[in-house]
Amino acid sequence: MTSQMTPPPTLGCRQSPVLKQRGQREVFCGLTGIIWLHRKIQDAFFLVVGSRTCAHLLQSAAGVMIFAEPRFGTAILEESDLAGLNDAHAELDRTVSELLARRPDIRQLFLVGSCPSEVIKLDLNRAAERLTQEFAPKVRVLEYSGSGIETTFTQGEDACLASMVPVLPDTQVRELMVVGALPDVVEDQMLGLLADLGIGPVRVLPARNIDGELGVGSNTVFALTQPFLGDTHAALERRGARHLPAPFPFGEEGTTAWLAAIAKAFGVSQDLFDKVTEAPRRRARQAIAQAAAPLNAKSIFFFPDSQLEIPLARFLTRECGMTPIEVGSPYIHDALHGPDLDLLPAGPQISEGQDVDLQLDRCRAARPDLTVCGLGLANPLEAEGLSTKWAIELVFTPVHFYEQAGDLASLFARPLRRKDILGVAAE
Amino acid sequence: MKLTVWTYEGPPHVGAMRVATGMTGLHYVLHAPQGDTYADLLFTMIERRDHRPPVTYTTFQARDLGSDTAGLFKSSCQDAYDRFKPEAIIVGASCTAELIQDDPGGLAETMGLDIPVIPLELPSYQRKENFGADETFFQIVRHLAKPMEKTKRVTCNLLGPTALGFRHRDDIQEITNLLYELGVEVNVTAPMTATPSDIAKMGQAHFNVLLYPETGEQAARYCERTFDQPYTKVVPIGTGATHDFIAEIRELTGSTAKLDTDRLRQTWWSRSVDSTYLTGKRVFIFGDGTHVKAAARIARDEMGFDVAGMGCYNREMARDIRAAAKDYGLEALITDDYLEVERAIEALQPEMILGTQMERHIGKRLGIPCAVISAPVHVQDFPARYSPQMGFEGANVIFDTWIHPLVMGLEEHLLHMFREDFEFHDAAGPSHHGGHAPKPMGPAAGEGGSMPAETAPPAPVNDNVIWLADAEKELKKIPFFVRGKARRNTETFAAEKGLNEISLDTLYEAKAHYAR
Repeated sequence: MTSQMTPPPTLGCRQSPVLKQRGQREVFCGLTGIIWLHRKIQDAFFLVVGSRTCAHLLQSAAGVMIFAEPRFGTAILEESDLAGLNDAHAELDRTVSELLARRPDIRQLFLVGSCPSEVIKLDLNRAAERLTQEFAPKVRVLEYSGSGIETTFTQGEDACLASMVPVLPDTQVRELMVVGALPDVVEDQMLGLLADLGIGPVRVLPARNIDGELGVGSNTVFALTQPFLGDTHAALERRGARHLPAPFPFGEEGTTAWLAAIAKAFGVSQDLFDKVTEAPRRRARQAIAQAAAPLNAKSIFFFPDSQLEIPLARFLTRECGMTPIEVGSPYIHDALHGPDLDLLPAGPQISEGQDVDLQLDRCRAARPDLTVCGLGLANPLEAEGLSTKWAIELVFTPVHFYEQAGDLASLFARPLRRKDILGVAAE
Repeated sequence: MKLTVWTYEGPPHVGAMRVATGMTGLHYVLHAPQGDTYADLLFTMIERRDHRPPVTYTTFQARDLGSDTAGLFKSSCQDAYDRFKPEAIIVGASCTAELIQDDPGGLAETMGLDIPVIPLELPSYQRKENFGADETFFQIVRHLAKPMEKTKRVTCNLLGPTALGFRHRDDIQEITNLLYELGVEVNVTAPMTATPSDIAKMGQAHFNVLLYPETGEQAARYCERTFDQPYTKVVPIGTGATHDFIAEIRELTGSTAKLDTDRLRQTWWSRSVDSTYLTGKRVFIFGDGTHVKAAARIARDEMGFDVAGMGCYNREMARDIRAAAKDYGLEALITDDYLEVERAIEALQPEMILGTQMERHIGKRLGIPCAVISAPVHVQDFPARYSPQMGFEGANVIFDTWIHPLVMGLEEHLLHMFREDFEFHDAAGPSHHGGHAPKPMGPAAGEGGSMPAETAPPAPVNDNVIWLADAEKELKKIPFFVRGKARRNTETFAAEKGLNEISLDTLYEAKAHYAR
């Protein structure tokens, strides 16, 4: 099932020593995920129970203010809410009633915990149960934590999806569930490929709305499209579902391997698999070849950000000819990242967690051709003559599966092309 | 608990960051959970700064809460001292760290560092960003500035500019030049551009120029008491205010130096006949207190607009703005609730908004042109070109900025005359910005969204008044930029006359009634 595939390296990174440092972590908290989740789940509202800082983060996270009809807001804790927790619960009930009265279109409400709500031990789980009873059956109220003390950036989506798993209805049907928020157009492409392979019906978590026919049980098999869904993975296994480990569907190779793992589980013949994937694989290879030319033989350094780092390093190494120097990830889960680590040739420093100042020292010493980092670091590093790719764009842009493989390569190539056009020597 | 969608101000520690980032040689050690580092991008992205803000965050996580967050603070503080070798350190807590009560100030004091360590108390659950900046700057001045002999020549300090301020970069340059022409040298500009050792020398200036009361007033008052330095009360935004400011400087210094005002073009641009169309345009003004007060004066006295509504989001300036509003026969809107501002604008149907990025968005949705006059800032508020708000060049910049969103002179007439031309129709908006045409008025937005859809029509003044078909049709022929006003005037007129139907005649009766 792996015709025309580059063979895996004799020695991958799965057993490589991992550098773990503890210091300042220059990362977003999990609340940031609301920026894309509130668009993905169309009947949901995300109510952060937090501080002015939380509201300010949501407003600023994308680098500039995003003004659109928002399905998120912050219940800002005030001095009086800190005095007594009973009063805080009463205040929360009042705020939620006010919100739901104003937004009758909302069917799912997520109470999202923050650093302050957790430190004062405001029990949102209890609040969600109470409010669900009050507003059932019209509105379902769930809660998860997006706080910085519990979650790093994309773990917010993980926590959100994990909070939905326990309330999914039971099913004994053998079905495939695909887990991870994808842009609608990419999700449709994926469903198209799976349908052509004869696999269906396919369930998607998160569903676009609450009426999506989504169930889970011991006959469910699931595949993850995002590498940061560790808690959701665990929650689904607790419901008896079985995970199909695979490299993540980035690039031609990743997408093929991801589909192959599913095809194998569903007994799809090699002939059919080849027939369905041949044309998109050819297109993807061609698009990558065109887009990735500036990346060939260039070095790359990843600061930890979204947990996408390891699969992306695999893509950039094996399909774009880059050499990773350091691949930093906020967290590494062997069950999720193992298949990608197997394919990533040994060599780069794998690091988990961060001491940003020490990591900056390593980055400056290595002078990589391209540095993948957060928005707080990008301009300062550019000013030092390094080329950077903002990591956050990777979670805001359609980059999964065959038809986006070329776009993914060009996201990385663009900073280098731009320097070239502007006549700035990429040092 | 307060439900908030968008905020005008960040938390107070972001204000402290604006002070620290504007300065050099100062470092901020902030006790804060993982994630609060998002604030770095405000400076590196919105302001395009080429350095990281001088802030070390402890970024504690849940597992640290059970152990030793105080120890974490101390090691972060020591690391920052060793690595960045600052001249002074400010220490404080963000909202979450405030709850765990580690007392960063007390901890830092026990470390015996050989540089000044300035503790900050910024109550996150009561106050906001401007307070944070004002208080931080005050504490820095209080700890570092020493009484000193005054300079031989007349000098002053410029107080208030910070990182991430609305055009602070260029205002500093404009006012420094203006003062130089008046024979006054700038001793220290702070917080932006200053080092801790500059702050130490602030006492040698003869007086202070308070550029931004929002972020510098406490320090100015302290210097007045402690160093016998009077401070200026006029903020030189607009031609009239700039002249008043110059008079104030002459009063303080006895300067009689002649000023070259040739470069002030705003006055003639405003008087030239092309600007006649600006007369009596109804504007709504909202932003921080200082910029709103200045904008109202410019709007009425220098542009010939009619100020239809005004207000500010920072409560610290509420008294000032209430008093100023009285001068315009208005009741000031003091609120930090974006939705309340939106409702006020919808009800007033101004022809133009002078506001912040928030109001620019409201304007986009309601089809009302908007010029930005105040923070909160957006990447667009940091233009590459020199573009101050203060002084004579500031007056020129403001004139250009404010008329840019409007349909200009003759084009306005043409739209009135040929309103049904298929290409040159009014819904296309001003011809000099193609992409920003408001969408044609459609049916009302869905019930009660926190933000109505872009096509929401102006709310009728009185629900009991019915528009008859021919009047409704005629109303649609009125160009978009005055349609809201016409609707509102007509409905008010009808209500005053006790009419419950609006006919074609009523429309024109009202037009005659309101003619000017």
